[in-house]
Amino acid sequence: MTILLFGITKDIVGSSTLSVPTSSATGRKIPKTVKELKEFLGETYPELNKLSSLAVAVNNSYANDSETINAYDEIALIPPVSGG
Amino acid sequence: MADNRYDRQTRLRDFGERGQAALTNAKVLVVGLGGLGLPVVQYLNAMGVGTLGLMDQDTVELHNLQRQVLYSEDDINRLKLDVVLEKLEQQNSETVFKPFDTFLTKQNALTIIQDFDVVVDATDNFPTRYLINDACVILGKPFVYGALHGFEGHLSVFNHQDGPTYRCLYPKMPNPQEVPDCNDNGVLGVVPGIMGTLQALETVKVITGIGEVLSGELMVFDGLTQRMSKMKFQTIAEHKKRKKLEEFYDPLDCVTATTIDPKVFRDIRTTQEITLVDVRSAKEFSASHLPEAEHIPLDQLGQRPIPIPASNKVYLICQSGKRSGIAAKQLQTIYPNIEFCSILGGMNKVLPLVTDIQ
Repeated sequence: MTILLFGITKDIVGSSTLSVPTSSATGRKIPKTVKELKEFLGETYPELNKLSSLAVAVNNSYANDSETINAYDEIALIPPVSGG
Repeated sequence: MADNRYDRQTRLRDFGERGQAALTNAKVLVVGLGGLGLPVVQYLNAMGVGTLGLMDQDTVELHNLQRQVLYSEDDINRLKLDVVLEKLEQQNSETVFKPFDTFLTKQNALTIIQDFDVVVDATDNFPTRYLINDACVILGKPFVYGALHGFEGHLSVFNHQDGPTYRCLYPKMPNPQEVPDCNDNGVLGVVPGIMGTLQALETVKVITGIGEVLSGELMVFDGLTQRMSKMKFQTIAEHKKRKKLEEFYDPLDCVTATTIDPKVFRDIRTTQEITLVDVRSAKEFSASHLPEAEHIPLDQLGQRPIPIPASNKVYLICQSGKRSGIAAKQLQTIYPNIEFCSILGGMNKVLPLVTDIQ
């Protein structure tokens, strides 16, 4: 699944999109919920764990940690931004 | 002239004389006269918003000019508030202006905001954004939010009728180290112009009731792809129930820096070995510094380790004492067990007192 990145998450990852595998060929656990996705991404990009507020959008709606995700969902990480 | 000034918008069937009358009666407070705030105030003033509150305490600086397009080179070092007032009065003599030569603070927020119908959040920092949210929730006022990051802009209308608040989306305020601002991160000049203009549009919609207000949705604009994405989000009841402001907004407000008189400092450093960190820029440091000073510029504090003495006491110095005060507060939160002491008046006061300058 492809994840769109915004704000500081784009800078942390160094790209505007990120691909997360949906089959466990690599042996890593495949994230099934928003919470698991955050943990999955946080292992590769520990800086993401430091964000105190991070909104995750699933199919253009804010998703709570418990929400399930699947390969076809459109997912975006939208942290708060402060510039003016 | 007075009759047809607004003709091109009153002609619009969905806006009409009714829309214009609503603008005339409206009182809008714009917090921040920077990249976002300028297009907001220029358009709202042009379109005939009756009362405009303007708030900023900064002066125009050279590096503002690439995005803050109302200001010109002649305005550098002038108060933004003065320049804006002058230009907006020329633009529309019918508008009532309420200038506020202050920053929004916990002490003044409720008193100032209560006299307005809508607030526009055109600030550049999280503490003020959270303060605007909380004050607007307490007073039941909608606020039009715009924020920037690099090539990206965020837009929403919070606390509009039953709609969600900023905290429904981002409950916890980020730490200053977590997310950089425009000064640290950079912003492409035209992006605040786009987002501020969209804020002006949402403000007009809130006032007149035309169209669909961007409430319960965050719009994210990516200037590099011209893509606009929207994310829907829900009201969280507890965030609408707020009755009072938080104790602290700026996380550094609750930390007090220890200071030392420059003469006392001079006496100490002649009788004992001390640990001193100079937080000025490389250029300032190389011009003159005390021989024992270790150089860590303010913007690198927290990234570079500081010398930790057996005495557990670290003196901090800058040019005038301001940056060393900020440094002391920042370091105090990182190293709670060390005593940080900022030298009052900085190098300006210490230089005439010592003879061993390098």
